[in-house]
Amino acid sequence: MNFKRFARKWLRPGRATVIAVPYFWLLVFFAVPFLIVLKISFAEQDIAIPPFTSLLNYEDGGLLHVTLNLANFQFIFGDELYADTYLSSLRVAFFTTVMCLLIGYPIAYAIARTDPARRNVLLMLVMLPFWTSFLLRVYAWMGLLKPNGIINHLLMSVGLISEPLEMFHNTFSLYLVMVYAYLPFMILPLYAHLVKMDIRLLEAANDLGARPLKAFFAITLPLSKNGIIAGSMMVFIPAVGEFVIPELVGGPDTLMIGKVLWNEFFDNNNWPMAAAVATVMVLLLIVPIGLFHRYETRELEGKNV
Amino acid sequence: MMEAVAAAAPVQTGVQAHNTPYLQISGIFKKFGDNVAVDHVDLDIRQHEIFALLGSSGCGKSTLLRMLAGMERPTSGRIVLDGQDITHLAPYDRPINMMFQSYALFPHMSVEQNIAFGLKQDKLPKGEIESRVAEMLDLVQMRKYAHRKPYQLSGGQQQRVALARSLAKRPKLLLLDEPLGALDKKLRQQTQLELVNTLEKVGVTCIMVTHDQEEAMTMATRIGIMSEGQLLQVGTPGEIYDYPNCRFTAEFIGETNLLTGMVSVDEPDHVEIDVPELEGRIWIDHGITGPKGMQVWTSIRPEDVRLDRKPPATPGVNSARGTVVEIAYLGSYSVYHVRLPSGKVIKSMVPSSRWYEAGEEAPTWDETVYVSWRPDLPVVMTR
Amino acid sequence: MYNGNKLSPVLKGVLVAGFLFLYLPIVSLIVYSFNASKLVTVWGGFSTRWYVSLFHNEQILSAVGLSIRIALASATAAVVLGTVAGFVLARFKRFRGSTLFAGMMTAPMVMPEVITGLSMLLLFISMQQLFGQPSERGFFTIWVGHTTLCMAYVAVVVRSRLIEIDKTLEDAAMDLGARPLKIFFVITLPLISQAIASGFLLSITLSLDDLVTTAFLSGPGSTTLPQVIFSKVRLGLNPEINALATITVLIVGIMVVAANYLMLNAQRNREKAIAAAMRENENAQAGPPSSAVSSASA
Repeated sequence: MNFKRFARKWLRPGRATVIAVPYFWLLVFFAVPFLIVLKISFAEQDIAIPPFTSLLNYEDGGLLHVTLNLANFQFIFGDELYADTYLSSLRVAFFTTVMCLLIGYPIAYAIARTDPARRNVLLMLVMLPFWTSFLLRVYAWMGLLKPNGIINHLLMSVGLISEPLEMFHNTFSLYLVMVYAYLPFMILPLYAHLVKMDIRLLEAANDLGARPLKAFFAITLPLSKNGIIAGSMMVFIPAVGEFVIPELVGGPDTLMIGKVLWNEFFDNNNWPMAAAVATVMVLLLIVPIGLFHRYETRELEGKNV
Repeated sequence: MMEAVAAAAPVQTGVQAHNTPYLQISGIFKKFGDNVAVDHVDLDIRQHEIFALLGSSGCGKSTLLRMLAGMERPTSGRIVLDGQDITHLAPYDRPINMMFQSYALFPHMSVEQNIAFGLKQDKLPKGEIESRVAEMLDLVQMRKYAHRKPYQLSGGQQQRVALARSLAKRPKLLLLDEPLGALDKKLRQQTQLELVNTLEKVGVTCIMVTHDQEEAMTMATRIGIMSEGQLLQVGTPGEIYDYPNCRFTAEFIGETNLLTGMVSVDEPDHVEIDVPELEGRIWIDHGITGPKGMQVWTSIRPEDVRLDRKPPATPGVNSARGTVVEIAYLGSYSVYHVRLPSGKVIKSMVPSSRWYEAGEEAPTWDETVYVSWRPDLPVVMTR
Repeated sequence: MYNGNKLSPVLKGVLVAGFLFLYLPIVSLIVYSFNASKLVTVWGGFSTRWYVSLFHNEQILSAVGLSIRIALASATAAVVLGTVAGFVLARFKRFRGSTLFAGMMTAPMVMPEVITGLSMLLLFISMQQLFGQPSERGFFTIWVGHTTLCMAYVAVVVRSRLIEIDKTLEDAAMDLGARPLKIFFVITLPLISQAIASGFLLSITLSLDDLVTTAFLSGPGSTTLPQVIFSKVRLGLNPEINALATITVLIVGIMVVAANYLMLNAQRNREKAIAAAMRENENAQAGPPSSAVSSASA
């Protein structure tokens, strides 16, 4: 049993403990909660503390009785409003992602093409808003976009417009602020991929007769595919469940599922409904999260080779 | 046993063992998943020996070295060092140290701290550590640089620090993984001799791993040739070059002409081999231990192949006619590629003085020439 | 990607436009924090009165205090757990449940916060029902939430650094007689210290900034700064918030610039030393060895 002795002596004990500590934490505080959400989504709202019914009841004969209440899900799938809200959330997240990509790609590309000495400064400038408060950055736009806000004031005092522009609490302000808030999450992974790219590949493409634009589409874009996917997922997934931006700058008719969940929970005190909304959202996001995870790990392992 | 059939005088190493081997590797086998990395290797190493494991990348030599260091665990087999079975000993409990290929100097520690690291793990008294570090710094002539960080050193200096660090604990066995692989060619040749001198001065037993045959030939007292996880041949540099026991060794060490043939005459004092590529025979002036009709391979080194304009005395035996297809002029000698009618190309290495002394013009492209060799020079191999 | 050429005008324009977009809102925020008028968007002359009133706002000050305490506590826990997790991800390639582990490591980074917040709250409620603990929501529950969120970020930073550093350094330490735990503290930890430091700073900012998860996990009497800001901002513009934002931007700006400067400087010194060692080496080969006088010794 040489192997066992060997393993015990200098492989196992340390290794198992080292894995167990973060594993246990994540299991208890991240994975298990989802099961609880699932469980409570099958409960009914109740006037109690906590405000929901129990799924398990012991009847007189000691018989365990499980009540699965599907009403919440029936409601979500039956009510058009919910369906519309999910669709609208996905749409907002999708177009936010596309716009972030269209704006972020040229910026990331330009930074990657800058000389290394100045590159660090530029990168720092992208990071800086990311490090300052998200909430305050959203707030900044409120002052700019309001009917009596800074932009309208400026334009009116210059005489370009006589009536304030409608830019606040509507779709325009929602998208603008969404793109603004999520842009750094797109730029950083894109930059990380572009900067690693060997410029000689482009030179070789040019040498073989490809014009710059052609070379970009044939070489640069495909090689930055992983960055595009990583950045897009980092924007898309949280954007689906975004609450702060639609709440503060979105229009009254803006339907976002994060806001609905928040309202069910905090305003209606309907915890089972909020749990059901969350469950459906997780199901919708499972594929993009899986995709993100796959590229994330592949990226790190690729470096390893 | 069909090996080393050509060994006319089975020369044994000068350092012949008069005691049990210092390091005994027996039946070491290692699998990664379904891939066999090291295939039942047996090897004995004597004390104070500098042994080189030579092979191309992926041949299993590095895995074998890592198993000696304890970084990998053999699937089966035994390693005994100086009477102690170390097969299952953890790396940090082994009296073995290693100089890593990229040196693996700790970047956040000075030269001095790097050398002292292993001694500190042994919890030696402070004074002892200091004096040993000083001794090591002197050994590799790096005293001046004791307080530098690794990145403030050149490649050659880093190599010396790595050597000092691995010698500081006075290991029973020193492992060198491509010791000079990270240096450029010019520096490498200069460092080879320096390294051997240091190792001999310390008198440590060494196993080095390299893919560079010149490095192995210059530095090692004995060489083991590895391919596909197997140890094919072990011997002194001279033995390996002059008496390769298989085609792989013959082609891996130096250049050679390899001819496939069939034993047609097998007498105690001579052997004849029919070689279709020559459209003739090879006649060898000693016997081999193989039956008639057996397929064998013959290796003839280019420097053993004579090039002439005149046909040899015994046409069809130990000679062939061909045309010059390629000439590589290399200063003091030239290598001629001669294509035989069968299409086989024989390389012949000819000293530049040969033609001058004979009062002839050197042969040129497309000239018809004859290649020939002495009957004692070809080496016959059965695998 | 850099080819030694100057940036084309088009790309320069892209950069200028991009940075204007990123920074104009922040600049406007700062400018109007010095506005004398109570109407945030109408300029009424220069004044620092909102800073004065900010520093007399008990509600904000106590929220800042709580947020900082939570941030320090969560960042510390996140660094410990995240470093271990990053080490596991980078060094132990496959073990039972490794797929789930890696998944649980990346998911918190992108999972919408309404979901994480709700699910953690429901966990704590269930725990309370089963074990009676935690008896109320507050510092502890927020700390757990933030730690879980931040450790994922720390793990990613630490993991990519660990993959960069040469694993043979750890092999070498083991070969020289150090045991795994010692190797981790003496070799690995110093080499990843910069990654850990940036993971810590990242965690601090994430925790200080978190609104949604906190809203689910906080109880009465534990109101963090983002919650106060949110409740004020919901009602409209507030010049005190402008002042607060200016101070935040200033602090973060100074920290980021300083960290960047220190890192660049260290890197530059290192490059200089390497260049010096190369030069010396050439000299040593050409001339007598005595010419190799140390000029870059630390």
